[in-house]
Amino acid sequence: MQLEPREHISAWRVILAPLMAIVVAFIICSGLIIWTGESVIDAYGFLFIGGFGSKFALSETLNRATPLIFTGLAAAVAFRAKFWNIGAEGQLYFGALAATILGTGVVTMPSFLMIPFLFLAGAMAGGLALIGPVLLKSTLKVDEVVTTLLLNFVILLFVNYLLEGPLKDPMSMGWPQAASIIDQGVLPALLPRTRLHIGFLVAISAAVMIWALMRYTIWGYEIRAVGANPTAARFSGISINRTVMLVAILSGGLAGMAGITETTGTKGYLTLDLSPGFGYSGIAVAMLANLHPIGVVLSAIFLAGIYVGSDSMSRAVNIPTYIADVMVALSVLSVLVSLMLVQYRVRWK
Amino acid sequence: MAELHIKGVTKRFGSLTANDNISLSVATGEVVALLGENGAGKTTLMNILFGHYVADEGSIDIDGTTLPPGSTDAAIKAGVGMVHQHFTLAENLSVLDNIMLGTESLFSLTSKVGAARKKLINLAEEYNLDVHPDALVGALSVGERQRVEILKVLYRGAKILILDEPTAVLTPAETDQLFANLKNMVARGMSIIFISHKLHEILAISDRVTVLRHGTVVGEVVTIDTDRAKLAELMVGRKVSRPKAEHMEAGAPVVELKDISIAGEKGMPKALKDVCLTIRRNEIVAIAGVAGNGQSELAGLLSGTLPQDSGEILVEGQKVTDNNPLQFLQMGFGRIPEDRHHTGTVGEMSIWENLISESLRQSPLWRFGRIIDFAACRKRAAELVEQFDIRCNGMEGQARLLSGGNMQKLILARTLTANPKFILANQPVRGLDEGAIAFVHEQLLNARSAGAGILLVSEDLDEIFSIADRVAVIYHGQVSSLLNVRETNIRQIGAMMGGDMKAVA
Repeated sequence: MQLEPREHISAWRVILAPLMAIVVAFIICSGLIIWTGESVIDAYGFLFIGGFGSKFALSETLNRATPLIFTGLAAAVAFRAKFWNIGAEGQLYFGALAATILGTGVVTMPSFLMIPFLFLAGAMAGGLALIGPVLLKSTLKVDEVVTTLLLNFVILLFVNYLLEGPLKDPMSMGWPQAASIIDQGVLPALLPRTRLHIGFLVAISAAVMIWALMRYTIWGYEIRAVGANPTAARFSGISINRTVMLVAILSGGLAGMAGITETTGTKGYLTLDLSPGFGYSGIAVAMLANLHPIGVVLSAIFLAGIYVGSDSMSRAVNIPTYIADVMVALSVLSVLVSLMLVQYRVRWK
Repeated sequence: MAELHIKGVTKRFGSLTANDNISLSVATGEVVALLGENGAGKTTLMNILFGHYVADEGSIDIDGTTLPPGSTDAAIKAGVGMVHQHFTLAENLSVLDNIMLGTESLFSLTSKVGAARKKLINLAEEYNLDVHPDALVGALSVGERQRVEILKVLYRGAKILILDEPTAVLTPAETDQLFANLKNMVARGMSIIFISHKLHEILAISDRVTVLRHGTVVGEVVTIDTDRAKLAELMVGRKVSRPKAEHMEAGAPVVELKDISIAGEKGMPKALKDVCLTIRRNEIVAIAGVAGNGQSELAGLLSGTLPQDSGEILVEGQKVTDNNPLQFLQMGFGRIPEDRHHTGTVGEMSIWENLISESLRQSPLWRFGRIIDFAACRKRAAELVEQFDIRCNGMEGQARLLSGGNMQKLILARTLTANPKFILANQPVRGLDEGAIAFVHEQLLNARSAGAGILLVSEDLDEIFSIADRVAVIYHGQVSSLLNVRETNIRQIGAMMGGDMKAVA
């Protein structure tokens, strides 16, 4: 078996390949469903209905997709510059901390100022969480995979301490949770009687802005050049350290905004189970989207649909919700394989 | 031992016909040179012979048996061995391991190291290819690595050896050694296909020459019946002559290096030692030397990527305080890097994006501060593509798909369009064909006439003597004083490159 680079890469292949890959992942997954003894059609039917089949299901899916879009963009921006930020989870909690500290009564403004203020604060906090790893990388060449990954646990334990101590809500009856966000800071619902809030629209506009930034600005040009060939980028006058710093602040900032939508939109207050691993799932979202900002929106909705749908599937048929993780993992793997097949053709001998 | 007949091979890639009805025969004990410019179809033909590609038409016979198309295994079994231009060796393994790798089965229960070592030593002795079996490949010189590549091919029982641009990375002395080895192998019955675009090498080593142009055979000549000019004309399709520098009065100093030193890697001697050098307007100063004597540090210094440890750089009398590539660009430096793929271009980005990479931050190619003005960029890039005759399939294509010559034209276009007052040209014609070399030299001479001072770093003395005004030799990080090209000769410079700084003309 041999791989041979394709001379021309057609556009329809680039779009069609990931879709085919996801179909393949579902086919492989049906093996597992058959193993449990349930009907494949029933299982996928319930999965789809649970994720997309009703107004409520759809609103839940989009609600779940909101933080995933932010963390997916965080990974997509960073990975484009080959800055391997694995710390979106920690940055998300830093954003959530900013919302808690500033949004529980210390600052009071009308909603139309309070909400942008909290988003900005969350973004700055998320960016701040990445400053350390960036400086360690640019001065001492410390690998950012290690520092950003480990910082997740440091930040989570720090949040744990704050929730047991200084930030613990006295009205929480002993539960480790912070005070509620004041009404002016709470994100208004997008649809009445659902949890879907305007954070979803913010996420989509963030994706469009990141797409435009990468495509139309000199910053985007520099980020792409540094990611593709740092030696040539530096030679042509681009400052690598400055570009990586910019990427880190963008990436951390986007992850921090995920913390904002979760505290001020979905939950209303900070707890230690605010994020079921949104930071890590963001990496899968970005990979599934081939690092394309608009693709991130679609892949985040897809992933969220699987997670939400698998809950109702597991209630309806006897399949554990873990199947969702298997599906996501298989989808990412098969999409990666399909993207390679877009670039290369396989020759069997 | 082996006879090879390539019969009427045609290979098309989309609308491009890379090989058009090519026939070629090699007899036992014969060296056939395959001559052609970059993109003439040499590599495609060899890939078909070696089974990497399947030909659309035609066939390949070895000793009367037709090779099954597209089978590398069959080609190897039939005795075809290929030594690639870029070595395929694992640096962290020994010579013996490298040779066994991919040759011996991984699933064998008994180790064949003993037998392999014996076979390797015998081969090395028979063909006079002196390499220690246990030496780490990473510690070997380029010439020695090439010997390992050849031994690897011989170990697999090759009788027809294909050498793809084998001298591109060798010093003149190593080239002589290689040629001696090849002649010895031919005398023992090997057949050799020698791919090159260097005419003097082809004249020195081959028995017959097949010339390819645009995918077709345009000439088959016996080497002793031809000469350099005839071959060049066949290859390029028209008369080409490399331009020569006309005498020109040099102007005011543009770049002065004063006592520059740069530390070597840990535990190594200094890479540059107290280097003093002055480059004036309207002149080309050449730095001659064998690779690895401090050229890359000197080039890094003048590109802005490697700051000096002591000493200073003066640009038109002003001391340079901030060594970084952007600063150097803004001072009016043009830089042609040694490695086109790795340093010169971002291969994954488009041709137009690469063409504007150095001017993007300076000239009005953007609006509202930071938004790229696509129309202006594409217009600028289109002008450069036209002006420098960059042959490409549209400017949106990835830069990595350009041929070497066109990639170098891209870099030249980008560099010269800024009207630099100083140009660092580091090995600007390495790996280019005759037509492209003439083009690059012409452009450098034009820049010189326009008032630029040029520092030409080169290992090719022919190049230095045809376009440089003054020449200095770099040896172990030290740069000799400048000699006027008209007052020295190749013998003196050659001796100085070997370390004899007191050699006379």
